[in-house]
Amino acid sequence: MSAIGTGYDLSASQFSPDGRVFQVEYAQKAVENSGTAIALRAKDGVVFAVEKLVTSKLYETGANKRIFNIDRHIGCAVAGLLADARAIVNVANDEAKDYRSQYGTEIPLKYLKDRVAMYMHAYTLYSALRPFGASLLLGSWDKFEGPQLYCLDPSGLSYGYFGISIGKAKQSAKTEIEKISLKDKTCSELIKEAAKIIYIVHDEIKDKSFELELSWVSEATNGRHECVPQEVFDEAEKFAKDALKHDSDSD
Amino acid sequence: MDVSFDRNQSSFDFNTVEACDNVTPEWLEPDSTGTTIMAVEFADGVVIGADSRATRGFYVSNRVSDKVNHVSDHIYCCRSGSAADTQAILDTIRYHLSFYEMELGEPALVKVAANLFKEMCYTYRDQLTAGIIVAGWDKRYGGQVYSIPLGGMMVRQSAIAGGSGGTYIYGYIDKFYKPRMTREECIKFVIEGISLAMERDASSGGVIRVAIIDKEGVEKKIIAGGDLPKFHEK
Repeated sequence: MSAIGTGYDLSASQFSPDGRVFQVEYAQKAVENSGTAIALRAKDGVVFAVEKLVTSKLYETGANKRIFNIDRHIGCAVAGLLADARAIVNVANDEAKDYRSQYGTEIPLKYLKDRVAMYMHAYTLYSALRPFGASLLLGSWDKFEGPQLYCLDPSGLSYGYFGISIGKAKQSAKTEIEKISLKDKTCSELIKEAAKIIYIVHDEIKDKSFELELSWVSEATNGRHECVPQEVFDEAEKFAKDALKHDSDSD
Repeated sequence: MDVSFDRNQSSFDFNTVEACDNVTPEWLEPDSTGTTIMAVEFADGVVIGADSRATRGFYVSNRVSDKVNHVSDHIYCCRSGSAADTQAILDTIRYHLSFYEMELGEPALVKVAANLFKEMCYTYRDQLTAGIIVAGWDKRYGGQVYSIPLGGMMVRQSAIAGGSGGTYIYGYIDKFYKPRMTREECIKFVIEGISLAMERDASSGGVIRVAIIDKEGVEKKIIAGGDLPKFHEK
């Protein structure tokens, strides 16, 4: 990026001569500095996994979680500036709540992600604002629509995915995800794969310690987004650690 | 000359004047759809129907009014109560729902439409006289009937009669309603119900209008006054 010093990167409301908006690209960079988050779409639901980097041993465990509930039926994993992400999650919470009180049913994810994407996009249009330095993974499952997974970008774009990774190690996580045949797998199989990917892509040298976060929303949870039960978590974590050990043994 | 006037000291009886005020000619009263409306779920859709009489007191202001109204492609409603109130509600909800469908990119659920009616009927319950039945078909839950009576409650029912004439046929519905009727059985059930009510209720009459809604869409029918079933006259 050769924007620095040219003056075209000072405002979100100004294009560069070759048609780029640098403030938006910097916001995307902010997402790439954060711990990795992935989401996988199984045939019966969606699983989330987050590598939450812990920068000091003096922090309490379990603080500043990066997986959220948007509504009972929608889960969200975030990467980027956590404070920015929380602001967007709040907006999404309000959207879900307003929809419920107005229409008497749960908000469809397709509708929610468009609304939230519109909100994020608005922050790329004005010189007095800065874009959100965060990306969101949104997932849900219901009997009629099946599993759904979307990723929202700081630019306000959204795409639907079978599997998606954001954050620091998104490239290597993507390579790992592509090895899995997602469409034939169930959530209980994919939760282990998700944990494994987070362990594989974690860079021990640069970021010493991290906490693993796992959640899912599936047919088995009755369409509710929940943290995985402790025994599932332990099993997935063990599976991930064993896989790593085997890998390093064979190297 | 300034004369202050005390009402109570006057020999003239103002109470008589006020009493006279209450005797508004009935042709000056607001239009009310003193009505019979009915909606019934069947195997793969719903049938809704209504009589066509609009009254001001005992004066029939319209004998061919249409109380079975379009809300969206697969959702219709029946109106009872004040004609002005229910028309105003309907206009608002129709606009809201058409915008909602554009945003969502697919037809609205019947429950969503019913909820919009409920929200408005409940919020303005002190100012409105509106008893509405919302009925329709959607691909998730099939044919559905929601009743929204005076206070703004909403409840799903498989068969319901409403309006002033509805009270005369509760017994008929309780006795003869069967779950999962065929289309033809259901149409017959609704037409007979409404014609029974029209026979007894002074503020119901005229023709019967019915709409049959299923996944194919909507079919509207009119049963003219002369073609009403005569089974109950034997």
